[in-house]
Amino acid sequence: MPMGLFWFLAVVTVIASLGVILQRNPVHCLLSLVVTLLAIAVIFIGEDAVVVGFLQAIVYAGAIMVLFLFVIWLLNIGADTGPSGHLALKFFGGVAAAALIAELLIFLLPPHLKVKFAGHSATYGSIESLARTLFSQYIVAFEITSILLLIAIVGAVALARRGPGSQLAKSASGSAPAERVL
Amino acid sequence: MIDLLIGAIKAILIIFLALNLAAILLWFERKGSALIQDRVGANRANITGFGKRLGLPNVGFVNTLMADPLKLFTKEDFVPQDADKFIHALGPFLALFPVLITFAVVPFGNEIRIAGRTINLQAAPINAAALYILATIGIGVYGVALGGWASNNRWALLGAIRATAQMISYEIAMGLAIIAVVVTYGTLDLQAICHAQGGVWFGWLPRWGVFVQPLSFILLLTAGMAESKRVPFDLPESESELIAGYYLEYSGGKQAAFMLTDFAEIVLVSALAVTFFFGGWQIPWLAANGFHLPGGAFIAVNPLVVSIFGIIAFFVKVVIFCWIQILVRWTLPRFRYDQLMKLGWKGLVPLGLANLLVTALVVVLTQGTV
Repeated sequence: MPMGLFWFLAVVTVIASLGVILQRNPVHCLLSLVVTLLAIAVIFIGEDAVVVGFLQAIVYAGAIMVLFLFVIWLLNIGADTGPSGHLALKFFGGVAAAALIAELLIFLLPPHLKVKFAGHSATYGSIESLARTLFSQYIVAFEITSILLLIAIVGAVALARRGPGSQLAKSASGSAPAERVL
Repeated sequence: MIDLLIGAIKAILIIFLALNLAAILLWFERKGSALIQDRVGANRANITGFGKRLGLPNVGFVNTLMADPLKLFTKEDFVPQDADKFIHALGPFLALFPVLITFAVVPFGNEIRIAGRTINLQAAPINAAALYILATIGIGVYGVALGGWASNNRWALLGAIRATAQMISYEIAMGLAIIAVVVTYGTLDLQAICHAQGGVWFGWLPRWGVFVQPLSFILLLTAGMAESKRVPFDLPESESELIAGYYLEYSGGKQAAFMLTDFAEIVLVSALAVTFFFGGWQIPWLAANGFHLPGGAFIAVNPLVVSIFGIIAFFVKVVIFCWIQILVRWTLPRFRYDQLMKLGWKGLVPLGLANLLVTALVVVLTQGTV
């Protein structure tokens, strides 16, 4: 990836992620988060991890963030719901943030960081090599993850299901006006 | 330098054609609906008698095409009070942009050889193009969702919520249809998929994707029409109860951008259906050196002319699919919301999964020799 492009994306990512935590309106924060995720996806693609980059755009920017948007809309979170001004909360938040920054500095600065970014094989990041690794070396982890997701789906369906005689089913048969509009 | 120039020309060409086709479709739809409903249709915008002067019948062809955008762009750009002004202005372009950039990976012709240089007629030949399409379609939700939310209007918000729910529901069916095609051809590259659709079976049947993946084709077309939010899937816009849904508070150029998005999506869905299922730029029985007709006859054609035929064939196919979508729009009534969700989640998604399973099984058993 050209150095200029990297710096541009890096600056966009940092500014957008600052926007996530510094803005008051939750929808603006969400939009900043989408920009952050997309900029990181482009960095992935620039570093030849093409499939990972596109999956990041599809799954995070395209699906999970839409879910966040729905949560913000349905819970009707307004711009004034900021963090509470409690002093103890700010203190412990500050300690946690400082610890995280210290940790990142220790482990990401040169003596510990041994990852080389250059000189990978020609098929690196292609869907063939990714699939081969995922379905041979990491097959057990992959299958366990899919079972976890399946459990989550079944659980969500069980929670949302309107059984006969349940409170939700009764209100649905009366068809509240709001539901009919939606 | 010359490569950069060729790249720019390719990008401009495909965007130019997509945008113009989208604008022409607006007229096409007005006259098409008139034809179906036994009316005359748009024939008033003929201020200078342009059509008559050219010896054309007084159909307002050129004038309606010019009058529609002129009217839209000279109207007042109204922003409602208490609207989120930044996101309100961003919305239409956030909707239009992902649709337009998706055209970058659609191959509109074969590789052309001019002056010793091979030009791949695909604006951005990336090898993970199928994933790119899914990504851009996924991001297209935000324009509609945020545009409707930022308008500070209950009808617009309801339209935005409906649109978002509908688009993410039908994206899954669309993704499953595309993945089945990818599994069949063993590649994510759209140009390679087009190449794989050349040649014939049994000496006469073109090797088009629709004969291998008919169910996938129906899924893609249905889900694509739902993505473009048109009748019978126009619940987000439904004029009768939500007035215009998510773009209720838009006027002038911004409203035109939303309209353009709808029509560009029609062109996009047509282009995808043609690329995945109808051979893209392939013409039946036309190989690189000429026509190999089923009877055994052979008509030699210059390779450069073959390539140009390919470009024309691609656009003719796209226009045919645009016309089919307009026909569907003016034939079917609108779904109810529960019917829409039932069709998406209980109809298309299980069908897509079953189709994918059968496809994968067949590909594994035949070792990918389809």
